[in-house]
Amino acid sequence: MEFPPELKYTDDHEWVLIEGDVATLGVTDHAQDALGDIVYLGDLPEVGDEVSAKDVIGVIESVKATSDIYSPLSGEIVETNETLEDAPEQVNESPYGDGWILKIRIADEGELSELLDVAAYEALLEDEAS
Amino acid sequence: MTDTLKRTPFYEFHVGAGGRLVDFAGFSMPLQFEGIGKEHRAVRESVGLCDVSHMGEVEIRGPEALALTQRLITNDAARLVDGQALYTPMCLPSGGIVDDVLVYRYGEDRFLFVVNAANAAKDAAWMLEHQTPGAQVIDRSEEFGQLALQGRHAQTILQQITDIDLTDMAFYHFAEGSVAGVPAMVSRTGYTGEDGFEIYMGPDAGPPIWEALMDRGASRDLVPIGLGARDTLRLEMKMALYGNDITEDTTPLEATLGWVVKLDKDDFIGRDVLAAQKEQGLTRRLVAFELTDKGVPRHGYPVLIDGEVAGEVTSGAMSPSLGKPIGLAYVPKGYWKPGRTFQVDVRGKHKNAVVVKPPFYQRDY
Repeated sequence: MEFPPELKYTDDHEWVLIEGDVATLGVTDHAQDALGDIVYLGDLPEVGDEVSAKDVIGVIESVKATSDIYSPLSGEIVETNETLEDAPEQVNESPYGDGWILKIRIADEGELSELLDVAAYEALLEDEAS
Repeated sequence: MTDTLKRTPFYEFHVGAGGRLVDFAGFSMPLQFEGIGKEHRAVRESVGLCDVSHMGEVEIRGPEALALTQRLITNDAARLVDGQALYTPMCLPSGGIVDDVLVYRYGEDRFLFVVNAANAAKDAAWMLEHQTPGAQVIDRSEEFGQLALQGRHAQTILQQITDIDLTDMAFYHFAEGSVAGVPAMVSRTGYTGEDGFEIYMGPDAGPPIWEALMDRGASRDLVPIGLGARDTLRLEMKMALYGNDITEDTTPLEATLGWVVKLDKDDFIGRDVLAAQKEQGLTRRLVAFELTDKGVPRHGYPVLIDGEVAGEVTSGAMSPSLGKPIGLAYVPKGYWKPGRTFQVDVRGKHKNAVVVKPPFYQRDY
């Protein structure tokens, strides 16, 4: 299982890529594996919507399970990955690439300190497994 | 995973094949191996092998075995010949469903009930409560392993390792014989909508049968199937799942299982209520529906009519065969016909649904 070191992580098993003032969000390799075959990803906010950290901003449905997507940060939605509507399996196949979910313009840089680095995330996974 | 979970004779194979094991009715069972979608398609397009040893087996024996069987079930076991099986609900006096079971007739004095794992203890107790001097009830759940070999190539594979003639075995018939050199019972039954067999054997006879099937099945891409795909396969056929679609609070008539309720046979438990319900007409029925909006319906989601809660989704999934969200729901009179529409409350969002004619999927051979 892969966890790129350049990404930040959350305890909801999401990853965040920070580029300037824009954060790209997706779910981790662990999350996609645990969910199994992803069949629907939706109820995402519209571009221009304002979201707050910890808001539910969408849903991922696998064959067996339903899982919320949480916003890791506060800010304005600047883009959503529309290709997931017809090809949600991209989240399984490429969780850090084509499976990205949406982009947020960061409103509060202070929230970045809440995110986990790769070592902290891997430690979290070990804790959950034990 | 606690070590108090029961293991089937195939546990080591599941671990070896990378199965994701979960607690299912107190058994450690594989939810999936390679992925539910892939396993589902394997059964639809070729063949799959599923461990269903968690199912319970309760035998009725003695000169009055047929009479007790008839009293316990809504279907008519008097129509069975030796070597034939039927599907039936067992009802409470209220008409609610104790369990849905397969009944195998070995002889007039011996019937074997194959029951759901989660209900096995309850069923055995219920049956024992109605035991008579001439009909003894014996819980034999510990004595059986069970495999389901399902898919269009099932017969070709199984015939290579058994002396039972499968060509002449009709649907819902069974025979005892040798499978992979060990004694077993084979029936042409299943929970997938495909052709296929269920194989019952003593626990020690399980591993050689699994190994022989996987070996002979390799050329047909035989793969192990977890309980996740078993669920989506049965849902596409609108086959009821106990605990979801049918419970002690639903009757067979409401669940559209009227085809296995024989009101014209001798008295059986629940008959009066079912006869009255049939006479008076139903107020709700289990229908098959597709969601026409995007989303996935799940067990327990409310059905809305004119914005008001009017029923409940009992099963739902994204159908792997159709690529559409499908489900089963209890809906009130007036909403039973294909084409009728209602809404499902999917996590606070109202999604449109349309009643369709079941099954969702039909095999092409």
